[in-house]
Amino acid sequence: MFDIDSYHKADTVDEAIALLSKNPDAVPIAGGTDVLVRLHGHNPDYRHLVDIHDVAELKNITMEPDGTIVIGSGVNFTDLAQSAIVSTNIPVLAEGGSSIGGPQVRNVATIGGNISNGAPSADAAPPLLVLNAHIELKGPEGFRRLPLHDFYQGPGQVDRKSGEIMTCLRIGSTDYKGWSGHYYKYAMRGAMDIATIGCAAACKIDGGRVAGIRLAFGVAGPTPLRCWRTEEKAQGSVADQTLLDLVSDSVLGDLRPRDSWRASKDFREQIITTLSERVLKEALNRNGVSIP
Amino acid sequence: MAVGKSVQRVDGVAKVTGKARYADDFTMPGMRVAKYLRSTIAHGRVLTIDTSKARALPGVDGVFTYQDIPKKKFATAGHPFSMDPGHVDVADRLLLTDYVRYMGDEIAIVVADSDLTASKALSLIDVEYESFQPLVNREDILGDDVPEIHKGTGNVVKTHSFVAGGNLEEVKEECDHLIEGRYKTQIMQHCHLENHTAYAYMDDHQRIVIVSSTQIPHIARRIVAEALDMDAGLVRVVKPFIGGGFGNKQDVILEPMVAFLTKNLEGIPVRLKLDREGGMIGTRVRHPFDVKVQVGLDKDGTIKLIDFDALSNTGAYASHGHSIVSAGAAKTHYMYPRAVYSCKAKTIYGNIPSAGAMRAYGSPQMTFAIEAIMEEAARLVGMDSVEFRLKNGARPGDKSQITKKPIMTCGLLDTIRKGRELIDWKRKRKEWPKIQTGQLRRGLGIAIFSYGSGTYPVCVEPASARLILNQDGSVHLQIGATEIGQGSDTAFAQMTAETVGISFDKVHVVSAQDTDVTPFDTGAYASRQTYVTGQAVMRTAEQLKTRILDYASIITGLDVELITIADDNIVIAETPEIAVMSVRDVAVDAYYDKNRGGQITAEVSYKARNNAHVFGCTFVDLSVDIPLCKVTINEIYNVHDCGVVINPLGAEGQVHGGMAMGIGAALFEELMVDSDSGRIYNNNLLDYKVPTIMDIPDLGAAFVETHEPSHPYGAKSVGEAPVISPAPAIRNGILDATGVAVNELPMTPKSIFKYFKKAGLL
Amino acid sequence: MNRNISCTVNSKSMTWQIDIRMSLADVLREHGYTSVKEGCGVGECGACAVLIDDVAVDSCLYLAVWADGCNIRTTEGESKEGKLSPVQQAYLETGSVQCGFCTPGLVMASTSFVEQHKGQKVSREQIRKGLAGNLCRCTGYDGVVRAVEQCIDAEE
Repeated sequence: MFDIDSYHKADTVDEAIALLSKNPDAVPIAGGTDVLVRLHGHNPDYRHLVDIHDVAELKNITMEPDGTIVIGSGVNFTDLAQSAIVSTNIPVLAEGGSSIGGPQVRNVATIGGNISNGAPSADAAPPLLVLNAHIELKGPEGFRRLPLHDFYQGPGQVDRKSGEIMTCLRIGSTDYKGWSGHYYKYAMRGAMDIATIGCAAACKIDGGRVAGIRLAFGVAGPTPLRCWRTEEKAQGSVADQTLLDLVSDSVLGDLRPRDSWRASKDFREQIITTLSERVLKEALNRNGVSIP
Repeated sequence: MAVGKSVQRVDGVAKVTGKARYADDFTMPGMRVAKYLRSTIAHGRVLTIDTSKARALPGVDGVFTYQDIPKKKFATAGHPFSMDPGHVDVADRLLLTDYVRYMGDEIAIVVADSDLTASKALSLIDVEYESFQPLVNREDILGDDVPEIHKGTGNVVKTHSFVAGGNLEEVKEECDHLIEGRYKTQIMQHCHLENHTAYAYMDDHQRIVIVSSTQIPHIARRIVAEALDMDAGLVRVVKPFIGGGFGNKQDVILEPMVAFLTKNLEGIPVRLKLDREGGMIGTRVRHPFDVKVQVGLDKDGTIKLIDFDALSNTGAYASHGHSIVSAGAAKTHYMYPRAVYSCKAKTIYGNIPSAGAMRAYGSPQMTFAIEAIMEEAARLVGMDSVEFRLKNGARPGDKSQITKKPIMTCGLLDTIRKGRELIDWKRKRKEWPKIQTGQLRRGLGIAIFSYGSGTYPVCVEPASARLILNQDGSVHLQIGATEIGQGSDTAFAQMTAETVGISFDKVHVVSAQDTDVTPFDTGAYASRQTYVTGQAVMRTAEQLKTRILDYASIITGLDVELITIADDNIVIAETPEIAVMSVRDVAVDAYYDKNRGGQITAEVSYKARNNAHVFGCTFVDLSVDIPLCKVTINEIYNVHDCGVVINPLGAEGQVHGGMAMGIGAALFEELMVDSDSGRIYNNNLLDYKVPTIMDIPDLGAAFVETHEPSHPYGAKSVGEAPVISPAPAIRNGILDATGVAVNELPMTPKSIFKYFKKAGLL
Repeated sequence: MNRNISCTVNSKSMTWQIDIRMSLADVLREHGYTSVKEGCGVGECGACAVLIDDVAVDSCLYLAVWADGCNIRTTEGESKEGKLSPVQQAYLETGSVQCGFCTPGLVMASTSFVEQHKGQKVSREQIRKGLAGNLCRCTGYDGVVRAVEQCIDAEE
């Protein structure tokens, strides 16, 4: 039995907002794969719950007329990977999502939870970062939107204000049309693991030159991080081995991996530089550029 | 013929339908829940403990601390009692302690109406500690002026040494080469899927009934009696289905406590069930070893000596303590029995979780060292790794250097030849470049092993069986030996069917053990049951058969010499196709004839006075991604000489499971301790990397059958041995691929990163 | 903190009063579905896996209230009239059962996988990925992979 002190179930987003506003100590619970683990460990910060597990309006994946892809925060990772909208247009996100935990976890864990718990290891985060995803939140004051990279504030900290619910993630058509991507999860096991390093790359090629490169890493800093300076340096380069070398030489400058009992800093750096090259190479390959 | 055939497990249907009941699947009205208060420091003393708030919490039945428990120390290792005072297990544990020896030590326990109440009560206990420096590494533990974890021990549990097969120093002089290595192995945890759990209640004012997930119900009964200073006859231990043990349930961990609790709470039923986090630190682990080894050899590649200096850390409490390293040294010497074999072994205490028995009991650690240095030796003299083992490995006719007894059956060299073929060694050796370059490299590895079947002559080997002929011509088999997943019940059913002459499905095995009813057997450990208990089962089956035939002779008037049993019928021995009557009809007569007969039963208690050595090898073909520090197994085979294979399907399962655990030891698993604080970082199944199905490749299991003369069906052991050789084979494969010798386990990416960096590969 | 939930368990309709603090595993076990095993309590081992509306879920990490209105399947319900399900039968034939503690969860995860891949060609890699949420310490998974492969081949 979980050590729950108060429990309120919401059927709509507005109900959830009202309940969260009324119970400032409460946390939302959707798939439960994070909150219930903390409750299993008797963590006192999770004893008051607002249950959004069955809020239907959070579970849709749609495409707006301008091509913007909208993914409800309550979509689980199995549905995400099976969605035609996702697998056709932004397969890199399906790759990230299907590397999480195991099948049973993916059947319930939500993309909103994966992002809003602020974990640096969130496997959905690097793909969403390279897709320039925006977060939409709704609170007592109404809606607001912000880029995902601004949503992350520190380890375990995100810009979710009291009373707010993350409603969806939005990916504009210019951020995926013509782009290709790849995500690789480096972990100690082939499943049921948290990433030692997660790496996503996306690229757009124009006439053999880089029209855009985006690179993002998980567990390479206090939050999932984009590699802004490396991306800038790569802009306009010819898509060949020199580009890969440039990226792998530069990428550590954008990141802040650290020592922990799970892995040492120098080991993580080794993996980061290797992955930056290999993951980008695969993303380029998916854009028709094959580098031997 | 039932022996030698792949039969479906006797408990298979119960298990696939979820009907098999384990200890937690039984409950009683009014049952209470107990929970330990574990220390938050690794080394120190409890100065004060205030339980008043916890006691006052509604729903709490009792709170017990070290102040409330019997002050009699007891030993927990699941060994049979030894009549030799020099060979008894170390009694160094109380039910609860005020001297903290590892982070998580049990200092108090709460009994309450629910799990949640018990947890709340634990949070209301205030403890004040005096902290000492945790002693985690050998340098700290054996340092000058360090506190003693157990008074009067100097932090050493025991030391011993032996030299077998010649004069070590003289042979050293004669060797062309002497090479040395130092190898370290990690702390592992068994991670059986069912955690430790037990409950107890009282029958009357004296008798305690314990239901426990244990490999050793009869031993548990004795140890509970010792811990609580009561007669063993007043303790009843019941073992239902158990969800794996791997040695961790060959230790008496929860049973004395649940018995104590019910005894102190007027006999109410109390359940004590460890959660995964508690179980991973509060039960037992595999001993980490630090082994220095020297090998002497001639330039033609003949091994002349193997000399060990092995240190084993048993952690907070002795548990199986020193017997692990001594058993590891003894059982591995059969691999290369023509060399002088010398071992200095020391077992120390440390402020880490207690180490105890774990599958293959010290042999995996020793074999990692032996097979690593043998690889170095083969390379030194320029021999092919396989040829080197074929030259030096045990052969039929070899003798044990320790016992001076001949090895009765030895298929080692045939297992090596078979493994070499399976992996296509010769072709790959020829076709693969000698020196590999690039990011992705491939390697081949081999390692061999030897192991025993049971513990004789070190320990007594008692086994008992009882057979009852039912009215329908079927039999019930009761054994004190325990089915823990390995398939022993099925093997015993096969043996019974074979010897009595009835069909396999007419043998009903009583899978649960109940010490009030079940005949004595010490239980599942040391790969002993098929071999040792099998000898008792065969004798019981013969006795039953004789009694059935005697009675059939009375019914039929036929001379007993003329008849036998085949296919559930009494038949004429010379012409077995002629059935005289069915066994069922014999049974009906025996039960119900008004003037003769009676229930036909048989019971034999037998002490095995023999042991049989098993041999085999692992062959692996692997790839190493150097920049990612990742090892991928392409192909892996274990080949075993375990005598006659009783149930090929079951034996294959044992080999597969052992290989997976061996791969876990090689590449994934380590219980990690912070040497400053003694904190365990990863006491859960997310952070402790038991391999998932994604991490284990297709596994190849093969057998070379010998016929062991000391066993009625020619069988030897197969349960533990498969775990021994995968890790050194993988280590040797990595060496082959990269030229880098990784000399510690596990060879995780972060560990081999350091080696690759040092070697200049990165 | 009590409330009622109605659900179907192995084709039988149930209305249960539950405490909202309970996991689905707690509730199922309390009502006698003891095939649901607890190996970790946090979704790391899969021993408690059941199917909810034919989707495999770790019931230890699932609030019982969420099962309201759902169709739940446990291992107990997979054999009908004394006949084992194809997955259960395949587990026996391939020697995929040892201690049996992970077996009910693995049987359910396998059942879900087999049902979802009816008539499809699947690789061993896909099978592995589909069963990656269940730990087994006894078998090395070798038989498990073959059991699922056998069931899918039979469906073809």
